[in-house]
Amino acid sequence: MAKQEKRTKFITRDILKSSIIGAFQKLDPRYMIKNPVMFVVEVGFVLALVMTIVPTVFGDDSTLRLYNGIVTVILFITVLFANFAESVAEGRGKAQAESLKKTKRDTMANLLLPDGTEKVVNASELKKGDVVIVRTNEMIPNDGEVIEGIASVDESAITGESAPVTREAGGDFSSVTGGTTVVSDWLKVRITSEPGQSFLDKMISLVEGASRQKTPNEIALNTLLVGLTIIFLIVVVTLYCFADYSEVQIPIATVIALLVCLIPTTIGALLSAIGIAGMDRVTRFNVIAMSGKAVEACGDVDTMILDKTGTITYGNRLAADFRPVKGIKKEDLIDYAVMTSLCDATPEGKSVVELGKTLGTKITEDLSSQMEFIEFTAQTKMSGVNLKDGTPVRKGAYDAIKTYVTENGGTVPADLEGIVTEISGLGGTPLVVCVGNVVYGVIYLKDTVKPGLVERFDRLRQIGIKTIMCTGDNPLTAATIAKEAGVDGFIAECKPEDKIVEIKKEQAEGKIVAMTGDGTNDAPALAQADVGLAMNSGTSAAKEAANMVDLDSDPTKILEVVEIGKQLLITRGSLTTFSIANDVAKYFAIIPAMFTLVIPQMEILNIMHLSTPYSAILSALIFNAIIIPCLIPIAMRGVKYKPMSSEKMLLKNMGIYGVGGLILPFIGIKIIDIIVTPLLALIGL
Amino acid sequence: MLQIILTLAIYMVLVIPMGAYMYHIATNKKTFADPVFDRVDGAIYKVCRIKREGMTWKQYALHLVMTNAVMVLVGYAILRFQGFLMANPNGIEGMEPTLSFNTIISFMTNTNLQHYSGESGLSYLSQMLVIIFMMFTSATSGYAACMAFCRGLAGKRKDVGNFYEDMVRITTRIMVPVSIIGGLLLIWQGAPETFQANFTVHTIEGKLQDIQTGPVAALEIIKHLGTNGGGFFGANSTTPFENPTIISDLIELWSMMILPGACVITFGKMTMARRKEEKAARAAQAAQNTPAVAQKAPAKRVFFGKQGRTVFAAMAVIFLIGVTVCFVSESNGNPILEQAGLNQDMGSMEGKEVRFGIAQSSLFTTVTTSFTTGTVNNMHDTLTPLGGMVPLLHMMLNCVFGGKGVGLMNMIMYVILAVFLCGLMIGRTPEYLGKKIEGREMKLVAIVLIVHPLLILGFSALAVMTSAGLEGITNPGFHGLSQVLYEYSSSAANNGSGFEGLADNTYFWNITAGLAMFFGRYIAIIAQLAIAGSLLAKKRVNETIGTLRTDNAIFVIILVAVVYIFAALTFFPALALGPIAEHLVLWMS
Repeated sequence: MAKQEKRTKFITRDILKSSIIGAFQKLDPRYMIKNPVMFVVEVGFVLALVMTIVPTVFGDDSTLRLYNGIVTVILFITVLFANFAESVAEGRGKAQAESLKKTKRDTMANLLLPDGTEKVVNASELKKGDVVIVRTNEMIPNDGEVIEGIASVDESAITGESAPVTREAGGDFSSVTGGTTVVSDWLKVRITSEPGQSFLDKMISLVEGASRQKTPNEIALNTLLVGLTIIFLIVVVTLYCFADYSEVQIPIATVIALLVCLIPTTIGALLSAIGIAGMDRVTRFNVIAMSGKAVEACGDVDTMILDKTGTITYGNRLAADFRPVKGIKKEDLIDYAVMTSLCDATPEGKSVVELGKTLGTKITEDLSSQMEFIEFTAQTKMSGVNLKDGTPVRKGAYDAIKTYVTENGGTVPADLEGIVTEISGLGGTPLVVCVGNVVYGVIYLKDTVKPGLVERFDRLRQIGIKTIMCTGDNPLTAATIAKEAGVDGFIAECKPEDKIVEIKKEQAEGKIVAMTGDGTNDAPALAQADVGLAMNSGTSAAKEAANMVDLDSDPTKILEVVEIGKQLLITRGSLTTFSIANDVAKYFAIIPAMFTLVIPQMEILNIMHLSTPYSAILSALIFNAIIIPCLIPIAMRGVKYKPMSSEKMLLKNMGIYGVGGLILPFIGIKIIDIIVTPLLALIGL
Repeated sequence: MLQIILTLAIYMVLVIPMGAYMYHIATNKKTFADPVFDRVDGAIYKVCRIKREGMTWKQYALHLVMTNAVMVLVGYAILRFQGFLMANPNGIEGMEPTLSFNTIISFMTNTNLQHYSGESGLSYLSQMLVIIFMMFTSATSGYAACMAFCRGLAGKRKDVGNFYEDMVRITTRIMVPVSIIGGLLLIWQGAPETFQANFTVHTIEGKLQDIQTGPVAALEIIKHLGTNGGGFFGANSTTPFENPTIISDLIELWSMMILPGACVITFGKMTMARRKEEKAARAAQAAQNTPAVAQKAPAKRVFFGKQGRTVFAAMAVIFLIGVTVCFVSESNGNPILEQAGLNQDMGSMEGKEVRFGIAQSSLFTTVTTSFTTGTVNNMHDTLTPLGGMVPLLHMMLNCVFGGKGVGLMNMIMYVILAVFLCGLMIGRTPEYLGKKIEGREMKLVAIVLIVHPLLILGFSALAVMTSAGLEGITNPGFHGLSQVLYEYSSSAANNGSGFEGLADNTYFWNITAGLAMFFGRYIAIIAQLAIAGSLLAKKRVNETIGTLRTDNAIFVIILVAVVYIFAALTFFPALALGPIAEHLVLWMS
């Protein structure tokens, strides 16, 4: 899936710079309190700072100034790292938003007044319902609907697609987006959004993360983290009392260090970054999700309703086979079929030439200059060439060729009708080829399934997602394509209402349904589905009803978005598990360090053999801080995701992040201890 | 070790049919005893005007709390005025207010922490009307709440059931009949059941001694069956009148283990039944479409529902680890006594009864704290440090089978936690039993998980920081801290087992322990019923191969790890300064 992703460097110099500034700006407690876990760390930092200045303020020994100072610095860095992670995520989003903003420079608009005169106004003054005229090389001032005219519009600013698209009044291609440019002709557009509310505005604020709302899963996870923080507050405060009772003096700074090590700072620091990065990954696919909730819902999808045309198949009928009639050699049929198509620029024609070549025809494009091309017309219903010697070679619909051959004195072979009926029955289109008045055979054109989809659907099945294909074709044709693509079900002769019925049916069984759509008549179904992905080429009604819009108008992208949604949840879950599992090692570092002075036997719990109590506590605290930036790349890119059964995936992730989270800190803290011990000895701790 | 294994094996044989029977009671299904009980229940419903309408979780919780409140008021009055009331042949006076408060909360919350001694503190009327009565009702309340909780999770019906109907059915169909059978067995073994005043006997030394008897057997059986644990006598089940023989010991063991274990099986069957019915409905629909395939699959005999099996297995694993640690630790004896020249080959027999020995004592110790009964057949205060840590830890976990029903509900909190982490890790919104676990559920789970350590650690800290608390501590150093932790763990977990050795009948201890018991019980139950209600109201989500499976061995392992890690994280520092420090000092100096 990475192939479509716009490759950007993980972190640029600009982002780094702005992130560092951001990390400091976010130290503001009013901002920090939104993240309770890190807020506790900040409070700890302030207390430690006070104790560095006045070590005796809470009754500690005055010799602890240096130790308190070191703890203060590490806590400060911990908070900075957390803020930095969030800033990086935002920075990457902002970089994307910047490029969008460039298109949103001040545009002027030709407002059409009710009396028919035009007035030039600033685009930002336009209200919903205003009508403007946009001419060649002018920018469309705001989102709207074409009410008159037809024009090509360059939408590259939004979609990145350089080829202009046609926009016209009425039908499915009537919606235009602010910030795009008319490259030919003119359009009369009725504005459909208030200033500041346009699609572009929404996109910018979404990408920047400014209007980010916490998703349900994030809220639940946050509750858990706050709960854990409260529990550890209780643990640490009461431990101080118990130690006092046991006549063990614990410096306050150590108590704070223990608290900070125990509360889930790792996930607490990265949680919002993961969310922002998840949205960002979706955006990199050129899909705009209207909310983080929509992306998360993707992870839960059970059923996908996909249109056949455009999503599963190319929609064009392409040559699949050549079927000669009795007495004609297949090679001859191929040769003549290719000849008729050499000058044919339609996708069908091109595909005939391509297929012919792969089957080994010797006819090449050079021959086309020696032939006279006969174009397809609605009257003749055939096309073809006249060879140098004047022999007409034609391909066309069965009826047309039949009439043509009979009129020219030829006979229709007895087996022709059989071949034609068979092909139609399979949902294909038969094109009959004749040379002069002799019928040679039939070209079998059929709707082709996009490459790679079969494996894709198979992968989806592995993770329990059912695919349903919708098509207007007859049941027989639908069944053929469905079988070929490997979808789990299909609805033939499907009307838009049928889609809603199917969605509701699936939802009644408790399933989460995703669908893609573009036309206005898809809007209700898009709204009904839990995840609706609208094509940017579609109508504004469809876009509004959906909760995601694909700027490239590639319906198969829904598959990627589902994987991103899952990845987002997996990343959160894995880092949470990692964070909690880390605590075990930290206990084994700090608890013995706290008590060995008074209870020498506690040394046996110091299984890492950390050199001194100070080095043990500081190593644990340092590990706790540096694990945050180490995990930023995982938070940004997401945990690697490969479709597999839930059991396998659970085992794999539990193994890496659960068991790994248990073991890694033991190693990490030991290494840090080896490094800091001589340094601490140097300064006398 | 062999006798431990045998005892547990026989337990497994007993618990499965009991679980099936309880399932039938909870879901109003037919049982063999219906002809009798239907009439009894019918009469009770009529007299009490119980309409048996389904309740929402809020109504259920309210009725539970209010009913309990009324019982508390009446019981408190009886304790205070027992000196003036009847059935008081030994002329015992009214109880002091804070002790009455502690006692009444203790028995209403199924804790049975005793700051009094039955011999000198209670009249026979109080023993029967307050103690034995509450042993029935508090156990039944807990079990009723659990059934409501299971109904919510199973989601077969729209409501969580009727509180009064549950109380009646559980009392008449389980508590009373099983108590009568068990009580008679105990009388057969020699437990007294009489209103006789104290005997005064001449001892061999030529002195006079008062020997108290009383309605012991009746109390003894419900004490265990209802996982209550409050003894008739101060020394509880160590005394020969309460627990005369090894057979009575086994009866008491099994009777306290059977209902908490059976609850889990009931839960499994309830969730299973819902799925089965759905399957049947789907099959019926399919059969309608293609009548030719309308074959009925042969009904399989189910011992456990799959979901119940996982929970049971996880509880069993933790329990077995606990028993092993306790047994090994006790068998190793006490090195200081060894140095003093005392043979420790039998293990640490200090404070144990010779008729039970190390194996039955350590089994009983682990069972009584895991199943939150609190009865003792040896003195926990004299257990070796690690042997004493096991009961302490199991009360801190409070989900290793736990009290009737309540333990299951607590374990489900950890299940939800495990499901939440695992669910995210496979990339789906976490779901349990087909219901999504979202913010509201996590909030309630967090409340339950916070309250328990807050009560235990908070009150313990208060005790060691105040002179009123310190006065009660009779052992200096680490063991003293263990005593304090034990007292509040026992209270907050509604266990009631006493480490003893704590001079706890003071205003400070009576009031703080009373509060710990009160909040430990009701906050948890209300929050848990709220979770059930919230899950019940949710739409069931579809199950696919992409769904997290909570019925396999992997999940058992994860669940055990989650319980241990969360508990270790919360209680490890306190334990380190208590039993662990004591153990290290004992063995390594």
